[in-house]
Order: sequence, then structure tokens, then C-alpha cells
Amino acid sequence: MRGRLLADGHAEARALVLSAPLSLWGGMDPATGLLVDARHPQRGAQLTGRVLVMTAVRGSSSASSVLAEAARAGRAPAAILLGEVDLILAVGAAVADELYGIRIPVIQLAPGDLAAIPDGSLVRVVGAEVAIL
Amino acid sequence: MRLVVRAAEALGAERLIPITGAHVDSCLYHGEATIDFADRLVDGGAQVAVPTTLNVGALDLLHPELWRGDPRTAERGRLLMERYRSLGCRPTYTCAPYQLPFARPSLGDQVAWAESNAIVFCNSVLGARTERYGDFTDIACAIAGRVPDAGLHRTDARRAVLLLRLASDVPDRLRASDALYPVLGIVLGRRAGSRVAVIDGLAPGLSDERLKAIGAAAASSGAVAMFHAIGSTPEAPTLEAALQGADPEETVTIDLAELRAARDELSTADGGPGTPIGTVSLGTPHASLVELQGIEVELGGARPAPGVELLVSTGRQILAGAEEVGLAQRLRALGVELLVDTCSYIAPVLRPSPLPAMTDSGKWAFYAPGNIGREVVFGSTRECIRSAIEGRVWRDAEPWGAA
Repeated sequence: MRGRLLADGHAEARALVLSAPLSLWGGMDPATGLLVDARHPQRGAQLTGRVLVMTAVRGSSSASSVLAEAARAGRAPAAILLGEVDLILAVGAAVADELYGIRIPVIQLAPGDLAAIPDGSLVRVVGAEVAIL
Repeated sequence: MRLVVRAAEALGAERLIPITGAHVDSCLYHGEATIDFADRLVDGGAQVAVPTTLNVGALDLLHPELWRGDPRTAERGRLLMERYRSLGCRPTYTCAPYQLPFARPSLGDQVAWAESNAIVFCNSVLGARTERYGDFTDIACAIAGRVPDAGLHRTDARRAVLLLRLASDVPDRLRASDALYPVLGIVLGRRAGSRVAVIDGLAPGLSDERLKAIGAAAASSGAVAMFHAIGSTPEAPTLEAALQGADPEETVTIDLAELRAARDELSTADGGPGTPIGTVSLGTPHASLVELQGIEVELGGARPAPGVELLVSTGRQILAGAEEVGLAQRLRALGVELLVDTCSYIAPVLRPSPLPAMTDSGKWAFYAPGNIGREVVFGSTRECIRSAIEGRVWRDAEPWGAA
């Protein structure tokens, strides 16, 4: 699958398919990597080191900071695959790269491609190329 | 500038355009990464190129004694707020910059705003144009004085593609009540996601306060950056204008049952009448002078019940205005706590209590359980204030009917 590159990098990790939209601010604790949004069906899930599959984003403009801080703390997701362009996450990843040299690829995929990724599957991301292994 | 260009690439923009102002959210401390980033800017000698206001920070700088958390976090939060001031930003520290006459852009102005509720208000209610900027991009655009020519900066992207019609079973008394607007916002965010919607069926000429409540809730439950309300928002004098002459991609009818369900889901605790509460939090987004006056009227000289904290978040400039006319002093004399520069779901300021907190804000109800670990009961402003006086949940059957 080939998507639109919002932030460059490479990753190979298990997919975590989010079943509802998540704002990282108020939704992810950057110190632990845990999903803390009280209303989210996957509350308590570990986001660190996973390929996050997010069909839709929502909420706060502080998500860039949370992503950069999670990277600094070594608790960032391995990659983020989105169903729509999200500047806020793309910039969080860009700043993590600028400040700490940590690359979190962020890619927008076509809805059909995104839906084809099973939860828990091993996914490889290289630039805009996404493969299910 | 490198960040602005990266943003332009991500958005697919072909050029940058000048802006007349910015509102920056990056001054809220989220860990050392946020200070590392600001240090990079300060060390490079950066200054903002356009008038720039600041969003809330980690603590109330005017009332630091209200802080109940780790002193080191307060110190780092204060340092970050100072850093952004030194970049030339105005120390407004409010999530409602649109309440400040000097920070209120006009119809068609191009700006770079962050803070999800401010973004919605800017686009929808002022008709000024901003994309959904976030931390880091906001200050980068303010320093560059430019933004990517993309998204909501362009007229075509401001067209409503989703039409939300209020069903005829939504009673007039609910449409006339403040209780409706945050709940309608939650439904709007869920239905719209990141799309621009137009709402049909509301009275024309809605107040800034009601439009603020819709937008803040919609930007919490969804990624809404703009909506139209026919006859209230400047780019929607008519339905046709909001749709820019095209047909909507989708039309949805919102009935009373959907609104009631959304209202009930905002409470994480049992929100039934008589439930004891420990806290009432109002002013998210920051209360306007009109809202502070409304709180005094609703209190009617009564005080919160013993042991119940009634806290209102507002901006320092609004507080100064309220102090000038004696309103702030009268509210404090009744036991109301006034918080500025931050918000009660960001800073550790609420008195510890095992009992739920009550709020009239869809946004506060959305984020407080995850952020500060408090159970929430949602209600209208009137319900919140009466409940504070009684010390237990009081329900107003009038706007919603029996169920």
C-alpha cells in the first residue's frame, strides 16, 4: 500500500487499530504511553511501540506536544497511519525529529487500505510504503 | 520557517500567504519537550512577526496559591509561559482570545490560531480564516508571519458539506435554553468529524456565548474547525450561502432522543437528582463578562453549600473588567473562586473530593475524567449553580421535558 507521507521514517511493529477517534492530548499519557481517555473503548491500551491505525482524529490542538513529549520519554508509537490529513500529528512528529532525532512516520492511507489492516498484525512502514507482513 | 514549509507540504499548499495575527497554544507545559522547543526558538533570537495572543498555561500566575500539585511542575509551567512572552507574544493566557477587542479579527482576515475551541470560533463566528493549527505550528506561523495557502484559508473549503436539521420534536423551550448548545455541539462533532457542517433550525442571532458552547463541544467530540448556523454566523446568512450554492453531501436530522442521549453520555457519574456533588466547575472555555454576570444573577445572593467548591475559569482581562465594576468582588464574597490563565481540568486546583464534579461545559465533561481523574455530572448552567447551592444535583425539567 502506498499513502501520502506526512512525516518520514520507518517502523516495523504490531498494529493497534483504534475503534474510536482519539485525541492524544487528554487521550494518551506521554509518560506511560497508556490510552487514558475515560470514554474510549480501548482505555488502558499501550500505545508505545505500536503502529496506530486511526480512521478519524478528533479534538485538541495540543496533540503535537503530547506526541513530541512521548518521543522524548521513549513512549511514542512506532508509526501513525491516518484516514485523513492531520497537520497536528504531522508536526508533532516533525518536532520529535528536529529536537531528538526520533522519527515517527505519519502516513495518510486511502480508507480501503486503512480498513484492510487487522488489529495486531505486523506492519512495516518505510516512507510512504505500508506493508502487512 | 522550516516547520511552516513542512506544514505547507503536508497540506498540499502551493504557496504561503501573509497573516494579520496569531493565537498560540504552545505555552501550555506538556513535559520537557515543550521547553526544549521553546528554548530552541529563544536561543535562535526569534520574535513573532504579527500581534500574537497566548492560550492558557499550566497555572494561574495571578493566584499561584491555588496550585495544589507538584511545585516543580508549576515552576516548569511558569517558565514555559515566560518563554513565550519573551518571544513577543502578549500574555493573555486565555482560551477565549475572541473576547478581547484587540484580538478579535474581522471577516475575511487570515490568521493562525491554535486551541480547538478558538479555531472554531474564529472561523465560524468571526469569519476570520484559520486552519486547525496546533502546538509548534502556531508559533512557527507567528514568527514567519505566514501560513500555507490551504484548507480553511481558502473559500471553497469553508463550504458546508453536511446539513444538520433540528427535528420538529426539539421543543422551542429547549431551543431557547442555554442547556441545548453544548449538547448540540457534542452531536455536531460526532456527526461531522472534521467536515464543515451547517445547522438549520436554530433561532437567528445566537449569542457569542451559545456559539462558543457549540464550537467547544464540537471540537472535543470531533475535529470540527468550522460550522455554520443559519442567521447567526457571518458566512451563513442563508442555507444556500453556507452551501456555496451546491448540494450538501449528506443531510442528517437531529431529534430530541439523540440530544438527550448525548446529554446523558456526558455524565460519567450518576447524574440523577439528589446525587451529592463536591465541585461545580464553570467557565470552559473561559467565561465572558456576560457569563460572569449570569452566574451572579443565578446565585441570587445564595452561597454554595458548605463543602461544595464553585469555581469559574476566566481570562485575566475579563477578570480585570469584572473587578472594575465590582462584580468579581461580589462573586468572591459569595464564595465563588475565580481562576485565570489556566483551566480547572489542566491545573491541579480543585479541592480533593471523592464526590463527582458538575459542569455546564461539554468540553470539560469530555476531558476532566481522563485529565484529573474526577467523575463528572453534566448539566445546564442553571442546574450547575442550583446544584452548588443545594450540594446535590438539581435538575431543571423545563427545557428537556419529562425524560
